[in-house]
Amino acid sequence: MSQDIIAPMQRSKSRTSLRGLVPWVVFAAALLLLPVFFSGNSTAFTLLNVIGINIVFALSYNMLLGQGGMLSFGHAVFFGLGSYAAMHAMIAIDEASYAGEGFWAHVPVLGMPLVGMIAGGLVALVLGWPFCRRAGTAFAMITLGLGEMVAAAGQMFPSLFGGEAGIYGNRMVGPQWFGLELAQSSDVYWFIAFWTFAAVFAMWAFTRTPLGRLSNAVRDNPDRLQFIGYPPRNVRFMIFIASGAFGGLAGGMAAVNYEIITPEALGLIPSGLALLMAAVGGLGVFYGPIVGAVVVTLMNSMLSDYTDASILYVGLVFLAIVMFAPRGLGGGIEQVRVAWREGELGQRLPGWLSGALAVGMIIVGLVVLVELTFQITHGDDEFAHVFGVDFDAASLWGWLTVVVLLVAGGLIKRATNKLREGQE
Amino acid sequence: MLELVIFSALNGVLYGLLLFMLSSGLTLIFSMMGVLNFAHASFYMLGAYFAYTLGMYTGFWPALILAPLLVGALGALVERFGLRRVHANGHVAELLFTFGLAYVIDELVQMIWGTVAVAYREPSYMREPLFTLFGTDYSIFRGVVILISILMFIALWYLLKKTRVGMMIRAALTHGEMVGHLGHNVPRLFMGVFGFGCALAALAGVIGGPLLATEPGMAATLGPIVFVVVVVGGMGSLQGAFYASLLIGLLQTFFVAINASLADVFNALGANLDPYGEVGRISLATLAPMTPFILLVLILIFRPRGLMGELEP
Repeated sequence: MSQDIIAPMQRSKSRTSLRGLVPWVVFAAALLLLPVFFSGNSTAFTLLNVIGINIVFALSYNMLLGQGGMLSFGHAVFFGLGSYAAMHAMIAIDEASYAGEGFWAHVPVLGMPLVGMIAGGLVALVLGWPFCRRAGTAFAMITLGLGEMVAAAGQMFPSLFGGEAGIYGNRMVGPQWFGLELAQSSDVYWFIAFWTFAAVFAMWAFTRTPLGRLSNAVRDNPDRLQFIGYPPRNVRFMIFIASGAFGGLAGGMAAVNYEIITPEALGLIPSGLALLMAAVGGLGVFYGPIVGAVVVTLMNSMLSDYTDASILYVGLVFLAIVMFAPRGLGGGIEQVRVAWREGELGQRLPGWLSGALAVGMIIVGLVVLVELTFQITHGDDEFAHVFGVDFDAASLWGWLTVVVLLVAGGLIKRATNKLREGQE
Repeated sequence: MLELVIFSALNGVLYGLLLFMLSSGLTLIFSMMGVLNFAHASFYMLGAYFAYTLGMYTGFWPALILAPLLVGALGALVERFGLRRVHANGHVAELLFTFGLAYVIDELVQMIWGTVAVAYREPSYMREPLFTLFGTDYSIFRGVVILISILMFIALWYLLKKTRVGMMIRAALTHGEMVGHLGHNVPRLFMGVFGFGCALAALAGVIGGPLLATEPGMAATLGPIVFVVVVVGGMGSLQGAFYASLLIGLLQTFFVAINASLADVFNALGANLDPYGEVGRISLATLAPMTPFILLVLILIFRPRGLMGELEP
């Protein structure tokens, strides 16, 4: 028992500096190399920019849920208000640089995420205190109410929020830094890449601070934290502010990327998206939300090209992960990594592979089922296409395929469970 | 003025009763299992859509019974094969599960019944006026809805207070493990309560569908309000949920009915607000959707345990 606690500490002492740098070097290299692969492909850059924004958004959300244990349904309030602040600042830059004088004439658009960050942090500072009394269900309900209220208020003050249509700005204004014109999405990519890297690093660094450690403590055992002299409410409040600030930063990035913001960005749908991304990626691992943001964004944008039921699939993936893999994709990656390090990968791989096969068959079965149902209810096109195969809802074969896939998947899953039990 | 007050009060009570039908199931489930079922309003929506589809074959009255039964069975299945599995991973996992479920149900409804409202109406003979006051009709259907709600409350009260099952439920609310030790099947009781709560929500959907609108957004509009009811009433208190439902129902209806702006209200109180300014121009009617949430924030600041709750959430 005592060995377990000591062992990782010794390891971290002996090989901290260099090994710790590896993920960051890989991350930076990936950000630098991605444009090489996609050069000239503006849709790819648009998608990459959205992914960058969502990574920061999901990570800032996980500061609350994964690290602080506070389930929030109103995180988009900070994202949206940060975005609005950045947009107003951009408009101010536009006007000031037209006049050629004033403070805003010297502010580059590249710094807009900072404006969003300050705004998000301030909003959390003003609103947060009454909410942080309890975590858990009460906190979830209160943040839900907050989100609804702010979204409703967004429709009510048109001079600030622009009503239904929202407000829009122009990112090609003010002083140009580093020769970045921000004209095309490939230009904006560098802006997004820089801020994504900076924000991810800052949020990782936050987990290493005493406050970051306390946030884990308030998640695991608030009573004990109270006993050793840290009021849980204060700790929660500080996490809330930090998380709101980073949510606002993501909003600032979004303001520059989209050049438009509507009150919808404050509501329950984007808040749910943050939750979705964080939970799919895994709440317990730092990089989990990054994986989740990439996967969910890709699913959202790519699936909609192939099927009309794309949102349903995202929801089903979310449900499946909550039910069968509560640690998320990141947790799965971590499991494989640990097994590899311990040299148990060869022994465990057959179980994992057959489990993956079972899940894969069930998924394909469900996809065929959904597409067939969709075909019946909508009847737009004659055949439901799944992986290049056409199924006809009128004939029995499609439905039979569904049954066979689901039953076979279930049987393999059962066999896998037995295999794993035998191993342990 | 009197006409306005009477009709707003009637409509407010009607809306409040509908809210209570939803929140009573939610409160029962919450106090028993500790799960705030995020998908509760989705079951309400399913009730309306099921009744619409069934009603085409069986007519309104059989659908009124069948749709809640179907949704209740569905809810029991969800508890048995979904929620019970997730239970081991704690309350956050359960909330996440019901959140995902709401997401999926909303999408499925759009997939099956389309994205626009369906023409779910009450039978034509119930659109006749029940009585006429000051030249305004009050339809039979609204009277029937009030009657159904009151009958349902009596049934609920009888079930909980006077039957053996009700006694077991009340015992399991506070001493779940002890009830289990005495040889009762508590998981099955949970499944039954969950299904029953979903059936109540579906009943609200069956009668709420024709009153409001049967469209895929109906869960998203009513869902957050139901949570507000549960928090304002006090988590886990049926009585509190009842008062909170009526309060919010009346509040929202009166805000919609009163033709005044914020400036009118504040200036009547002695403040000096510009009636044409951005804030002063806002009418009370546009504030109406916000009133539950304003109430929520006020309650949380001044009385965190809710109207009738025993514990601070």
